[in-house]
Formats: sequence, structure tokens, C-alpha cells
Amino acid sequence: MKADFQFTLNGKPQRISAEARRTLLEVLREDLDLTGTKFGCGEGQCRACTVLLDGNPVRSCQTEIAEVEGRNVETIEGLAQNGKLHPVQEAFVKEGAMQCGYCVPGMILATVALLKRNPTPNQTQIVEALNGNICRCCGYVNVFKAVQRAAQPGKEAQ
Amino acid sequence: MKTQLREPEFTEPERYELHEGPFYHFDISRREFVQVLGAGVVLSVAVPRLFAQRAPENRPTNLAQRLHIGADGVITVLTSKVEVGQGSRTQLTQAAAEELRVPVDRVRFIMADTAVVPDDGGTAGSGTTPRSVPAIRRGCAAACQLLIDTAAAAFNADAKRLSVRDGMVEGLAEGQQFSYADLASEKHSKALQREVASGVSLAEVKEWRILGTPVPRVGASEIVTGAHRYPSDIRRPGMLYGKVLRPSSYGAQLEEIDLAPAKTSFGVTAIRDGDFVGFAAATSFEAELARDEAAKTAKWKTAEHPSSDDLYSYLRSHASSQRSRRDITGSPDETFKTAHKVLREAYQIAYIQHAPMEPRAAVAEWENGRLTVWTGTQQPSRVREELSRTFRLPDNDVRVIVPDTGGGFGGKHSGEVAVEAARLALAAKKPVSVRWSREDEFTWAYFRPAGVIDVAGALDENGALIAWEHVNFNSGASAIATPYSVLNVATEFKSCNQPLRSGSYRALASTANAFARESFMDELVAAAGVDPLEFRLRHLTNDRLRAVLVAASDKFGWKRAWKKNSSTQKTGVGLACGTEKGSYVACAVRIEVDDRVGTFKVLEAVEAFECGAIQNPANLTAQVEGCIIMGFGGALREEMRFKDGRMLNPKFSQYHVPRFKDVPQIETLLVNRPDLPSVGAGETPIIGIAPAIANALFNATQTRIRSLPIRNSAYRAAG
Repeated sequence: MKADFQFTLNGKPQRISAEARRTLLEVLREDLDLTGTKFGCGEGQCRACTVLLDGNPVRSCQTEIAEVEGRNVETIEGLAQNGKLHPVQEAFVKEGAMQCGYCVPGMILATVALLKRNPTPNQTQIVEALNGNICRCCGYVNVFKAVQRAAQPGKEAQ
Repeated sequence: MKTQLREPEFTEPERYELHEGPFYHFDISRREFVQVLGAGVVLSVAVPRLFAQRAPENRPTNLAQRLHIGADGVITVLTSKVEVGQGSRTQLTQAAAEELRVPVDRVRFIMADTAVVPDDGGTAGSGTTPRSVPAIRRGCAAACQLLIDTAAAAFNADAKRLSVRDGMVEGLAEGQQFSYADLASEKHSKALQREVASGVSLAEVKEWRILGTPVPRVGASEIVTGAHRYPSDIRRPGMLYGKVLRPSSYGAQLEEIDLAPAKTSFGVTAIRDGDFVGFAAATSFEAELARDEAAKTAKWKTAEHPSSDDLYSYLRSHASSQRSRRDITGSPDETFKTAHKVLREAYQIAYIQHAPMEPRAAVAEWENGRLTVWTGTQQPSRVREELSRTFRLPDNDVRVIVPDTGGGFGGKHSGEVAVEAARLALAAKKPVSVRWSREDEFTWAYFRPAGVIDVAGALDENGALIAWEHVNFNSGASAIATPYSVLNVATEFKSCNQPLRSGSYRALASTANAFARESFMDELVAAAGVDPLEFRLRHLTNDRLRAVLVAASDKFGWKRAWKKNSSTQKTGVGLACGTEKGSYVACAVRIEVDDRVGTFKVLEAVEAFECGAIQNPANLTAQVEGCIIMGFGGALREEMRFKDGRMLNPKFSQYHVPRFKDVPQIETLLVNRPDLPSVGAGETPIIGIAPAIANALFNATQTRIRSLPIRNSAYRAAG
């Protein structure tokens, strides 16, 4: 049985008709063609599917579409504004924080959420915040550097 | 008409719209060339036999490099190599830009679209750097020479006085200009119909302006914005999502299933074709519902299957006597009989999974009996053959396109998912996307082979290593030879009739062989009572391996760090080194043991790596760091466990890959050798990690673990 749902998606109102049990991940990818959010495991273990729900990072593979009714969803596609990369995206590019890049949208959104609650995280806090995100290419060193760079806006200007 | 080649290595310029020769498969590719490449000129540059990569029999070895020069001066290079995260797209772009004498942003690559690229091989065995880079450099150097020669002819200038910079010919008279865009223009098309002088020289390492520098990742902004479409993200008009019913266990055969309820659901395609049962619907949700409903009616005839608990005895008892190869130097058997001291040990290596972040995925589309498949594979040509065989199509009617893919590590050499998507698309008469689940990956993909390795060593009265024997059951023969100087050596690889499908993996065999050899070297050290570094250096004459070993141990402060222990201590240090596929690696690690709970963790890893002339230090560092950390997974935790034909741990919650918390302090030392040809770096840096950790654990606890993964529980049980 399909039902209608309304929520805010990347700053714009979104209306969708879908089975209530379908995951947010599947609806984003299959119904809305927002494929920047990735499927990695389907059990909430790898966080390639991370999106922001009311500003908090959630696993969209574990979130049913009914849960987002009336709420604010941000995906990787909504980060860059008018063709200008978000500072966290910029930091990932500058540090070469990607190998295959499949985990990167999830890593970036987890970082955006971290820096929103804690603009100056220390090493332990970065590791804690990102430990749920798997990178199988194991490019963790450069991802770590990218998060540090993003946490120091002064460095951006250089 | 095809221009005759005067020299085998030189170029065959042509405007593709005039070309009807047999070289190209124009049935499909003429149309595709125009669609994919737009207006301009296609150059085909034959690779001289001398440099051609080793190709299977029946394949031409002088494959052509193919380039397209657009009217806007953008140069497109075509290759069947793929980008799976190892940085090939960036590195090949650097190589092309270097020889074309243009900035990096003036070059683009079309990789692995079988309709337009030449078949210059799959992406495997660290082959892109030593083989594809030189071939592409030669092709691009030829194009650069063609630019000069055409300019010289157009302006009646002396080609020898001309050079190219930023894509413009330099040395022409005042007011004269010539660029790649001019070369592609209609006006000069005639000039391209003649032969061009041969004798292309490549830029020497000391002249490199683009190679050798840390050129950033090509396509980075598409990755960080989520705009890049991986194979899982490809979408076609009217596309359905497919799900496949998997057997209930390994070897199980489907006896009956009722597809009628699924077929009556609106918009669901359900088919059974032999062993294949698949479903396609407008959403994955509906396809899964249909599959799960049908699965309830399935009856399976199961088959016996061994358990991972008995794996190593199973492998020993299933060794093939036909497929075995023993190499002997000197007289090892006699030496073992008479030696002062002989040691023998056996080592075990578990099955592990590649577990790339992007599970296997394919989108298949049929149009007028022709098949196009977008899929993530390291072997586009092999997958095309698999599809054409399966569906009885001529090769030219199958097009395989490989978008830059979410990880491979040697795991994506086969085309199962492409076949599944194509079968469903055929039934549904619509494009179908099939994406494997993580459980599918952990169960039905192939694995890094498990193995058992017997090693024996003999020492003389002075503690010198005088005989060596290394017998590998099942995990592969690569790097089975010891790099140490030993006079009497026997090595043997025995292929086994094994319980799981296995195949390529990042340095699959050399990781296993290095684990056994480097662990055993330290066992000999204990017997000889010397420093592990001294013992290795005493038996090493290879300068390149010595250089990385000295570099890593100096940086680590080995001489201060290593203490021979008679009792247990809190920290331990370990060393390992090796060579594989022409590159050299050494690493040193420090671990810390928590005696109260019997666990340990890696605190520090220092690795020195040398692969000839460095082409991109940033990408190389990333490959080495990735190998080190990925190596921790196979060394410490990763292992497929199975029983009764089922995987016991087919999930990330049960199969623990390295995460941020597993990353210790890492130091990477790149040893640059501009005097030596560049070789690949995506594999070798992984091979020393496991033995270095095992050696550090012994150093700390006097407990020797001879099985991968070195689980904390195993250490606890053994200790």
C-alpha cells in the first residue's frame, strides 16, 4: 500500500508516494534519482548511506520513508551551493581524501554533522565521529586530514 | 582505405568518417565513435611488438593505442583499463599529458567502453603502471610528433626546429600558430592521410613536468558532490530493479518453485531459466517482495559441504598431484639431512573477501538484439565474452561500459551480475539494474584463496641459512621463491580441490607466502639467537630489498627498539620485507599487549616502498597507506567461516574490516629510483604487514601465531 509523504529535501518541499516500509535510501536513489547516497551493506554498519535528518547524521538504509514525514532531509547533492563546493567537500578534494570514492559522500556528511556540533574536534573526537564509516580502500589517513583541514577554516584561505 | 604502415610502431592517422577498414568493428563502433567522441580525428598508434603486453594466445600483441583529437583541442585517450580507486585515471592522464605536451586538463580518458576503446587488457596484476603507462606514452608521443610534422608541412618549416608546449607548436615564424585544434580541423585532414616519420622518443624522467608530481585526483569534484555515477547509480529510461534468488546453500539444486503469485503481481517480471531465478520490478522493494514470497515455495536438494573448522586438513587431503610444480636449486634434500640445525613449521591462511564498498552491480539494456551493459568489472573484455557466449551473440553486438567503480582489489574479474541483469532485461523487455546485497558479496563472490604452507630451514654451525623449503597448498605460487641468498632451495605449489570459489585478490599469493617466509625467518632468528634485522641483512644480496629494509628499520629506530626477550613484556616490535611484481617493501611495527585481557593492538607501522621512478607521489602514498591498513584486516580479523554450505559471517557486523579506530601511527617512506622503470604499487605494500605483526607478537609474548588471521582469541588461547 502506497501512502503520500511530505518532507523537505535539500531545502525544497518534496512530496512522494511510496510504501511506508521502503527505506529512505531506496526512495532517494530509485524514485528521486539522487544516487549520491550509496548502498554499502543494508544493515547500518558502513554508513555509506549517511544523510542528515534535521541536521543529524542517520543511516538512510535503516530509516523508513514514513519516519521522515514533515522533517528536513539533506543529501550530498544539497551541499554545494551555486556550483561552489561546501568547505568540507573542498577539504576532501584538497587532501585527496578518496580512492574509489564510494564512501566519500557518507564521510562528508558525517563530517558536516560533526563540525556543526563541535567546530574544533580533537583527534579522538574525529575518530569517534567517523568510526562508523567504512572505507574499504582504507584511505583513512587522508580522510582524517580532510576533516582536520575542514575544522580549521583559516587553513582554507591559504 | 587503410594507410599502410612503414614502421610497426607508428601511427595510422585517419578521419574515422572516411575509414571503412577492417581494423575497427564499425558495425557498432562507427556510430558510437561519433556519439561518444564528437567531431575530430581518431589516431590509432600500433604498439611495437617489443613493448606489447603479454596477451593470451589468439590475441594480437601489437594492440593499437587510440586517441581522439577534438575540434576544441581536447585530446581523448581510449583504454580498456578501469579506475577502481587505485588512481589509474589520474596516472594515465599524467602520462598522456606529459607526452602530448599539454596541461592535464586538456586530456580526458574514456576507459573501458568496449565499443570505442582498444582491448589493451584488463586491470590486474599491477599491470597498468609497467605496461599501460608506457604504451599510452608512446601513443601520445606519436601524436605530438604528428602535430609537429603537420605544422612543419603547413608552414614549410623544419620539423627538427619545432617543439610543443601547452599544446602549441613552438619555433614557427612570427605570426604562425599551430595547435592540436588545428590538427583536428577539416583543413588539415588531408595532411593526416600520409605516413609520418617514425622514431618517437619519450620524455626522460629528468625532463618530466607532469609525471613525477602529485597531480590531484581527476574527477574529484564529481566524487565529493555525489555526481559521479558508479555502476550502481546508472539509470536508463524505463529501467526496472532486479533481484536474484540465491541457492539455500553451496551446491544446493532447485527442485521446484512456484512463480505464479509473483507473476500475477502488477509490473513484476519473474523468470526461471535453468538454475537462474530472478525478479524485476519498478522498485527494489517490489522485486524483493516477489523474490521473498517465491522463496517460501522453493524446494532445494542440498549437498554436503566442508566446514571452515576442517579447512586446513581438507586442503592438505585435496591437493592435486597433477597440478603441482616443484622447483629445486642446489641439493636441499641432502642438506636438510646433514645440517647442524633444522626447523619445520606449517602456516595457515584463511579465506577472506575483498568486500569492496560497492557491491557488484550491472545495468543491462537490449536494443534490436544488441546488448549494452554498464557494470563494475576489472575485465571488460572478459565480461563481454561471457555475455556473448551466454546469449549466443557476436562480440560486436555486446557493449560493456565500466564507469569508475567503487573498489575492486582483484575481486571484480567476473561478470555474474552482468549476466543476471542481461537475463532479466531480456525477459522484462526493459533495462534492468541488478545490485548484489552485502550478503551476496560475502557468499557468492569469489574469495582470496585459503592456504597451508610448510616451510623448513637449515642452519649451519655459524647460524647461516643453508637450505630452504617452501611448499604452498592452494594459496598461490607468486613470490614463492625466497629473496634471501640460500644455496639449496626447494619450492612447490600444490593446487587443491577447494571448498570455495577463489580468485584474484590484492597480492593474494605473495601475502600468504610472505607471511610464512617472514614469520619463519624470525623463528630461525630465535633458533640462531640473533637480531632479526642482522639475520635478514646477512642473507640479502639484493640491493633494492636491502635499501628498503634499512630505510624502514632506520626510520623506526629498530636497533634501539629490538630487545631479545626471555620473558613477556608489554610492547613488541616486528620486521618483515619482501618483493613482488618488481617492487620492494619492508615494514616494522610496534604492538602493545594488554595481559589482563590477553589482547594486543598495533601502535605504529613504518613502511618503506620502492617501485622504480615515482609517477605520482600523492597517489603512491595513498596506495601504500591503503595497503598497510587493509593488511591489518587480513592479518588480525578477517576470515570467512562456513558450515553446512552456508557462510556464518556474511555481514559487516560479523566480518570486521579495518575502521578509523584501527589506524595506528603510520609512516610511509617512498624510495624514489628515477633510474629504474616504474612498476605497479597497488599490491606489494600489503605483503609485509601480517608477518611483521606476528613477529612483534612473538617478540612481546614469546607466543608464535602461525595462522591468519591472528585473532586476539588465538593469541589468548595459545598464550
